Amino acid sequence: MADHSSSTTHSRFFQHHFVDADQQFETAKMGMWIFLVTEILMFGGLFAAYIVFRLWYPDLFTQASTQLNTFWGGVNTVVLIGSSLTVAMAIKSAQLNQKKNIAINLGITLALAAVFMVIKYFEWTHKFELGIFPGQFYDFGGIEHEKANVFFSLYYLMTGLHGIHVLIGMGLMGWLLWRSLKNHFDSEYYTPIEITGLYWHLVDIIWIFLFPLFYLIE
Amino acid sequence: MDTAESSSTSKKIQVQRFKPDDNPDKHYLNEETGLWAWLTTVDHKKIGVMFLSAVTFFFFIGGIMALLVRTELWTPAKTFIEANTYNQLFTLHGAIMVFLFLVPAVPAALGNFILPLQLGAKDVAFPKLNLLSFYLYLTGAFVAIFAILNGGIDTGWTFYTPYSSTTGGAVTTMVFGVFIIGFSSILTGVNFITTIHKLRAPGLTWDKLSLFSWSLYATSIIQILATPVLAITLALIGMERILGIGIFDPAMGGDPVLFQHFFWFYSHPAVYIMIVPGFGVVSEVISTFSRKHIFGYWAIALSSLAIAFISFLVWGHHMFVSGQASLASMVFSFLTFLVGIPTGIKMFNWTATLYKGSIDIKSPLLYIFGFFFLFLVGGLTGIVLASIALDVHLHDTYYVVAHFHFVMVGGMVMALLAGVHYWWPKITGRMYNEVMAKIACGIIFVGFNVTFLPQFVMGSQGMPRRYFNYIEQFQPFHQVSTIGSYILGLGFLMVFYYLVKSLFTGKKATANPWGSRALEWQINTRPPLHNFHHIPVIINGPYDYHKPMEEFQLGLAESTGDGHGQQSDIKVTSDGKEINAE
Repeated sequence: MADHSSSTTHSRFFQHHFVDADQQFETAKMGMWIFLVTEILMFGGLFAAYIVFRLWYPDLFTQASTQLNTFWGGVNTVVLIGSSLTVAMAIKSAQLNQKKNIAINLGITLALAAVFMVIKYFEWTHKFELGIFPGQFYDFGGIEHEKANVFFSLYYLMTGLHGIHVLIGMGLMGWLLWRSLKNHFDSEYYTPIEITGLYWHLVDIIWIFLFPLFYLIE
Repeated sequence: MDTAESSSTSKKIQVQRFKPDDNPDKHYLNEETGLWAWLTTVDHKKIGVMFLSAVTFFFFIGGIMALLVRTELWTPAKTFIEANTYNQLFTLHGAIMVFLFLVPAVPAALGNFILPLQLGAKDVAFPKLNLLSFYLYLTGAFVAIFAILNGGIDTGWTFYTPYSSTTGGAVTTMVFGVFIIGFSSILTGVNFITTIHKLRAPGLTWDKLSLFSWSLYATSIIQILATPVLAITLALIGMERILGIGIFDPAMGGDPVLFQHFFWFYSHPAVYIMIVPGFGVVSEVISTFSRKHIFGYWAIALSSLAIAFISFLVWGHHMFVSGQASLASMVFSFLTFLVGIPTGIKMFNWTATLYKGSIDIKSPLLYIFGFFFLFLVGGLTGIVLASIALDVHLHDTYYVVAHFHFVMVGGMVMALLAGVHYWWPKITGRMYNEVMAKIACGIIFVGFNVTFLPQFVMGSQGMPRRYFNYIEQFQPFHQVSTIGSYILGLGFLMVFYYLVKSLFTGKKATANPWGSRALEWQINTRPPLHNFHHIPVIINGPYDYHKPMEEFQLGLAESTGDGHGQQSDIKVTSDGKEINAE
């Protein structure tokens, strides 16, 4: 880790109820880790539903999965993993006090997240054109299974909730970018980048589970 | 880094005694004034006070609904309201009491105020998040009230599908409100766990942590692990109603039992979110008023964690008659019995603490005695309900209603009242009328038993819960129960009356009216805005009544202490200390 331990208590972002900057950093990081646990439990409900319905209708899942485009799903996976790399590089830049690189890496992360959402947008709208809507609006004859709507309800719910998290992440990245351009971050203080990075890795990992569960089943 | 001698992490540090002031001119209520300062405050004490006011308000709303429900049940047929209105009233009584009162009552109100004081911290780890948590609670409450006024809900507080996904009314709005309140609860949990881990004063090791803090720690673990599952479940009900996604709807290939699994995966642990902080209050009050070291410190601390752990393994006991596998029912039944072990450990340790203590029966302790009797009945009837064969008979009867009211009202509300009476001098700087407090405690105890004991009888005779009409043989029980509820209501009104009155005419409280050794009593009454004018240094546990008071008031002066190293680096031993007594 970088040298944030010189424990200045005079940074302008130092909060009075902490003993030193070190404690403030560690506290923020722990808070984010605990928050990530709550995120996993929240997605956990949907994964549990996925397991139940996949056990109930194994045929449905293999059939309906063919409607998903593995190529674009794969591209999105690479895009998200790439953005995880760049956010990690932004943290490294902060630790090395390379202020310009912080902004560049955050900018790339933001752009990659946008690419992910654009691809997701085209995937969803393509399905809507075919009549593959969630739930009771499902109107597609291409799958020989009477419960086909269940698969796509799960698909829309899980990728939708994940998409909301990507959008929130984009908002956070934009905010970090703005702050880094205002020169708020250096090797002494980069807590927001560190904890947003943690959040972003979780969003990435959830996609890494969603991709094989929906796109790659046979 | 200033001139701090303490930074060398040596065993010997210079500490000083800081005697608290009884009635300082400046305290947290008058250092910042005005409405805007209150609304934007990040001070945990003010946020705690605001939570306390809010939960009191919703307790009265929920209480009035309970009285209306009980009044309607005076006669076997319609007494004065329509069946539909009755359904809405009991739903709202449950939903308001659970989500707006019981869950936040001790952690968010008392916990917010007391936890940082007991840790020797200036605030919680994330003060702004704490304020956000309060506003999320209020927003959720407003959305819920909006739902009540715009169509209402009649599903019961459990929102069982497929009824909840098909019935009319404002279920979507209501679940959205509860969803928001859930986030308030999650943020409180995140904040408390981080605070307990990272913001403890020098010398405050885990074995010197107060048992109230331990109980809040266990509660927070349940909050962060269970509440997100409720959030996604409620979101799914919303989606079910808006998009008809069919996850819980058997007509569309979904599974209504899955809803029950999800719901109780949250809602059973949530029962412990409601009661475990109450256990913490009991430990504090028992030790203080017996003037004695708590018996079995680690047993009590770890049994809270054990309850938190087991609470996640027992949700299936709500579903014995829902069509889950009989093997699953047997396992859940067995695991449910296990809950009795850590709970029993607590009861025995509390009783053992009283043994040979110099007991001073002040009103907080009297409320705790009420807690003992009522919670014991609530807990033991829980064991009865955990037995599958009996539960099939008692499921969804008044027996269940009486059981959880004994735990929630007899246990939790009594503990809450004990906590409010115990910390009232510290929070408000005033003493209430002790005689009235004892009389009110007696009235509540009697009223409670008159209300709920008959419900055990009629429940075991087969009176189902939530019914509008009933057969005539149950009428005497219902009437006794209704009379009891009026007595109970009177008791609560009395508490409200003398507590509010004390704010204006109460005697001024001293810094430590109960002679407690706990850290929150070693600062001014009322506390200053940033809690401590010094950095407290802890060498004794909070229940070491055999040691002199001066050893509990040690600290480093602010100027030398500012900016010294990690708190955990400092090793303070009794031998190494130097007390510069005044």
